[in-house]
This record gives sequence, C-alpha cells and structure tokens, in this order.
Amino acid sequence: MESQLPQERSKLRTKDLPQVLVMKPPPLLTLFEDKFISTKFQLLKAWESTLPLDQFLTTYAGSVRAVLCSGASPVTPHIIRLLPSVQFVVTASAGINHIDLNECRRLGIAVANAAAVFSDDAADAAVGLLIDVLRKISVADRFVRRGLWPAMGDYPFGSKVIISLFVCFTQESWDCRTWKHRSAVAKRLEAFGCTVLYNSRKPKPWVPYPFYSNVHELACGSDVLVVCCGLTAETRHMINREVMVALGKQGIIVNVARGAIIDEKEMVVCLVHGEIGGAALDVFENEPDVPKQLLQLDNVVLTPHRAVFTPEGFMAACDLVVANLEAFFEDKPLLSPLIDE
Amino acid sequence: MDSIGVLMACPMNSYLEQQLDKRFKLFRFWTVPDKSSFLNSNKDSIQAVAGNATAGADAELIEALPKLEIVANFSVGLDKIDLAKCKEKGIRVTNTPDVLTEDVADLAIGLMLAVLRKLCESDRYVRSGKWKKGDYMLTTKFTGKKVGIIGLGRIGMAIAKRAEAFSCPISYYSRNEKPEINYKYYPSVVELAAYCDILVVACPLTKETHHIVNRDVINALGPKGVLINIGRGPHVEEPELVSALFEHRLGGAGLDVFENEPYVPEELFGLDNVVLLPHVGSGTVETREAMADLVIGNLEAHFQKKPLLTPVV
Repeated sequence: MESQLPQERSKLRTKDLPQVLVMKPPPLLTLFEDKFISTKFQLLKAWESTLPLDQFLTTYAGSVRAVLCSGASPVTPHIIRLLPSVQFVVTASAGINHIDLNECRRLGIAVANAAAVFSDDAADAAVGLLIDVLRKISVADRFVRRGLWPAMGDYPFGSKVIISLFVCFTQESWDCRTWKHRSAVAKRLEAFGCTVLYNSRKPKPWVPYPFYSNVHELACGSDVLVVCCGLTAETRHMINREVMVALGKQGIIVNVARGAIIDEKEMVVCLVHGEIGGAALDVFENEPDVPKQLLQLDNVVLTPHRAVFTPEGFMAACDLVVANLEAFFEDKPLLSPLIDE
Repeated sequence: MDSIGVLMACPMNSYLEQQLDKRFKLFRFWTVPDKSSFLNSNKDSIQAVAGNATAGADAELIEALPKLEIVANFSVGLDKIDLAKCKEKGIRVTNTPDVLTEDVADLAIGLMLAVLRKLCESDRYVRSGKWKKGDYMLTTKFTGKKVGIIGLGRIGMAIAKRAEAFSCPISYYSRNEKPEINYKYYPSVVELAAYCDILVVACPLTKETHHIVNRDVINALGPKGVLINIGRGPHVEEPELVSALFEHRLGGAGLDVFENEPYVPEELFGLDNVVLLPHVGSGTVETREAMADLVIGNLEAHFQKKPLLTPVV
C-alpha cells in the first residue's frame, strides 16, 4: 500500500519546488520544523512513509538532487546508489562521520555541514567539562546536596586548571577557515593561562601553536588532551592505551567530538587503575550506553551528548542548513562546504 | 621561634597546621572546651593569630590577647578581622592575595558554564540511567552572554579576562569608576543587574557591601539572569535568593559561599538551575600550599624583623 504523504507537503507542493530528501528527522528539524519552510525547496520526508527505506527511495527519490542527513540517517554508498540524481548532501551537525566522503568525492557530490555555528557551544562545553573535572564541581555539588558538608567538613581539593594542554585536531583535511572553528577551544583556554600544543597530519602555517606530528609524543608533554577532531578511519581509536599512559597519572581527557576516537574499553581500565587522572566525556562509543564502571567514579564527568545542544546554536544551524540548500538550488556558492586540502 | 605562640582560629589546612606546629608553639583554638579560660591562661604566650574566611580576629579576641602582634590570614578576604582595632593597637595584618586569584576566577567561569549548560544536572542524568530512556534537554548558550562584575579588583579582572575569551561583553560596578579600564561602568548594582545576563560577586565583604545583592538587585537580574557568588555568603540576602529561585524571578545561581557555612538552604537541593559548592574557590592543592607558605612566610618575616610579604595593615 502506498503511504499517505503529509498534508502540508501537498499544500506547499508546486511542481516547481525541488525536493530535499530527509530519511530520518535530525533533532534540529524536530524542534524547529518551521525554519525549514522555504520558497526554494520542499522536504521529502521518507520517515513518514510505511514503505521500507530502499523501496521509498527507488519509488520517490529518483530525481532528488539534495539530501539533508544526520547521524541517525547516514549517507552510505548504498544510499547514494539509490539516489541517481543526488548532487548535494548537507548535514545538520558538526560531525560528518556518517557521510561516506570518499564516495561523495568520487561522484562529485558536494557536502556541507554546520560546524561553523556549533564551534562556540562545543568549545564552551569542552572548557566547562575541563574545569568541572579538574575542580571537581559536579562531585562537590553532589557532596553539598547530600548534606555532607556540615558532617564531613571541607571537600577534598581539586587541581589547578592546567598549565599546558594538548589540543587534538583532525588528521583529515581542513583549511584555514575550519581552523577558526577548531581554535575556539584554544582561544578560551589561553585566557586561563594554558599553553596550547596541537597535532595534525601536517603542520598548518596559520596555526600559532607548537606542532607535534605524533599523538603519542604530544601526550607525553601535556596535562590535558582535548579531543575536537572528526571521526575518520584514521582517527578511530587514535587515543589508545599507549597515548593514555603517555598522558599520565595526572592527565585528563576531554572528549566533545566522537566516542570512537578513544579506545573506550582501554580508557575505562586506565581510569579504574589510576593510569590517567580523569576524564570529562560528552560522547561514547555506544550511546546512550555508558560503561558501568564510569558511573562509580568521582574523577569523571559524564554528559549525554549535549555539547552543541543550545536553542541559539540550533536555530543558527537551521538557518545555515536552509541557506546552504537555497544556495544550492539557486546555483550559488554553498555557505559551508567541506573543502579538500 | 618555637617559643612564639600562634593561635590557629579554626581548622583550615593540614599542611599549614603541620608547618605552624613545626616552627612555632601552636594553639588549636577549636580543640579548647572553655575558650575564655584558655585565653586567660595563655594570653601572655600568644603573639600571633592565623585566621581564615571562617574565623579570624574580632575585637573581643584582640582585646583578650595583649601580646598579639600579628594576624596572618589564610585567605584574601579580611571580613573576619577587626581591621580598625588592629590599626589602633599597632597589630600587623597579612593576607594571601595573588596566589589564589586564578583559581577563584577559574571557578567563577566554571560555575557560569555549569549553571548555564547544566553540567552537574547532565552528569546526574547519565549516572541515574535516564539517558537510556531519553535525551536530555537543550541548555543555554554561554558565549556572548553579558557578564556584570561587582568589584573589579584582582579577582574581578581575572574573571573579566577569561569571560572575554568567550566573547562576553563585560560591565562592572565598583565604588569608583576606573577610567583606564575599557569595560562599561554602572554606578549602581541594580543598574548593572538590569543590564547584564550573569552577575558575579567579586568584591570584599565590608559593612557597605553586606547584602549588596538584595531583592531589588535580584529582581533586576530577572528570570533569565544568573547570579554567581564567589565572594562571601553575606554579600547576598540568602532568603531573598532562595525565594526568587523558587518563584522563577531569577533564572539560576552558582554559589560557592553561603551566609551560614557549612549550612546551605536545603530548599536549594532539589533545584536543577543551581550549582552548590562547599567554598572551594581557592581549593586546589597547589594554591592552598602557596597560601600556607605565605602565612608562614609572613609570620617568620615579622618575628625576624624583616619586611612582611603581603601586609594589609
């Protein structure tokens, strides 16, 4: 049986409005659907159909030129094969690990993401998490709420905010525009007196910090490792046991990027055995599952993948995604394309 | 110097206690059952007092110690010391500035981020297993929020410098405008509160600044405003703060200090828009040691007739 297409689609639909395929709604769309009403395109909402996805795409998406995707609806080579007319993929997120970039590159499909508008919130969350784990803010807040302050006296101290830190950048290609986004964390932490070092596949001449070609070496010289790079085949489990042991017993890891950049099983072992000092984590390998051992530790801070989830950030992301889509359909330059180095 | 009697007003730091014990004749005031008879018996031996944010040297104690020459404070705040009395009697007073500036400023920013981004609540959400049942809510952006600082001394300036890195416009209230500083000045705390999104208390506690954050200021800060207190509990009219939070006249609060430490109004325990800390502003291992070294350094300098390291009086 053919599915019923949504009423609003038939209201808005004119034969001229090009369609943007959405397989599953990203959180942005669910929260701010109004912002996606445009005179330049209309949404083809696959999730509202009772047809299995493959069949829906074959039946309805043959002439679709643009896709709005998200972590829950990845753009794989298989999906791309079912979309013979696709020329543009935009994601409403900062992360792009759910898009097969090689395949897109091969077929000349343009890709855009929303990293630009999320960098402030992600950096704020990273710094907040770091101060929290070092100064034991969440632990101390629990201590007070349990009524332990009068009974137990002063809370055991935290440690001074770091003197030198290692900011881990993507090993994938990025240019001096995306550097501005990565540097949001570094800029904030410099105001606290931190020294910033970085790692990347190649040194970037526009980056004012000391470069380390090797993640392990960098961890040796650092107190804190802030992971804010993309998840790729190269960065998967980049933060492994060796790197963590190099970071050391006082070392702290902050992750607001993707869980799989860190070898989570090894990290749990290191934390439980005191081989690293602590961790502040917004992301995990198997969300929403968090390793049980972490729930018992006081030297970790755990947040449920909300680093970029503010209404302000989301609304700006909606605007950016819509602007990219409209630019695409008007044959104008995209606002936030991913560019190869 | 181990014949010189030093009275430690309350437990404050075990490293400091050890050092004082090693170098001087240490009297632990909190272990004494009958304080007035203790003072009577030992008044001729006590030449120094080590105080902190909880207990220092009030007029009564100063009068009871005729041989008192110096009060060395394990804190930068001087609200527990009767400075006028000390001046009158020629008693020196020292504190611990600078070494703790960064820690307190770091904590102020940490509190702002924790309140606005609900970090402690999110952590609770994960630990309780609720994430498996559903996503956590959106939280408020911190970057770009207007930060208003009451008191632009060392700590206030350090907070401003950090907040600027988050693109926060800075404004302040202070007894006098500082024309050399490029931040927006407001001649009253109410006006400052009306303008800013996040109001931080960073001034010394004196008679004039007692309850400087009152009902009017809280109302001016408003239902989206956040109060951060890293000063002293008595800077804020605490019952007014509690009722404003309950009545949603104030958006949130990050508090490191309270009027009656270690007692915190229990009504706050159930709120998700507050973060409550047990006076840990300067509470890092490194800084507390540096503060203790300053206390010892000042005491030794005094009794060796050398210049004091960080004199106030």
